[in-house]
Amino acid sequence: MTGKQIIKLLPYQQPFLFVDELTTISNESITGHYTFKKDEYFYQGHFKDNPITPGVILTECMAQIGVVCLGVFMLKDELSEVNLPQIVLTSSQIDFFLPVYPEEKVTVISEKEVFRFNKLKCNVKLFNERKELVCRGKISGMMKIGQSDI
Amino acid sequence: MTKDQLIAKLKSIVEPYIQNEEAFNNLSENTDFINDLKINSANLVDVVLDVEDEFDIRIENDDMEKMISVKTAMDIINEKLNAK
Repeated sequence: MTGKQIIKLLPYQQPFLFVDELTTISNESITGHYTFKKDEYFYQGHFKDNPITPGVILTECMAQIGVVCLGVFMLKDELSEVNLPQIVLTSSQIDFFLPVYPEEKVTVISEKEVFRFNKLKCNVKLFNERKELVCRGKISGMMKIGQSDI
Repeated sequence: MTKDQLIAKLKSIVEPYIQNEEAFNNLSENTDFINDLKINSANLVDVVLDVEDEFDIRIENDDMEKMISVKTAMDIINEKLNAK
């Protein structure tokens, strides 16, 4: 399964898709990128005349690449057109170290800690183009394939 | 391990995940994890993983489905401990 195929299966779209490309994927870890556009809607308010990417958006970017994309890959054998992934974010614990400005490209690297009973828990890091650690933490989600409730 | 010791251990395991303090304070053998303590499905997985670590046992998918109350959790833990 390629990165492009995974991104196509994601339940997000503009302006809330924060995955451009997935570069390496295995059952244990994933690496992906996103470049924040100059005109992302949240820069209008965060902050007044001083656009900085909100921490919740960085967390969302980490969750989309690090947990959802990895989870889709891990469940790939059960996927079909009628059996799409169902995903719920259940917890996040993130520390932030550096700001991310408009037009910055970020890299997310996520490693699986545990995937059992439909719960995927990952250690996720986000780096800027200078390879500096922007934020890191643990994110968990419940995920499974199909129509039934999680 | 006595029944009371086991209940005490379970009580400390579930504490971070409960949403109903009153039911937690009155926890007994008959307490239901979901209906009484209001533990959600994601946290129920955490409870099971913490039970595995605490008692050094492995909970399978079939067992997981049954781990919905203090009573059933105790049964499964005792069964696994006896089989060791």
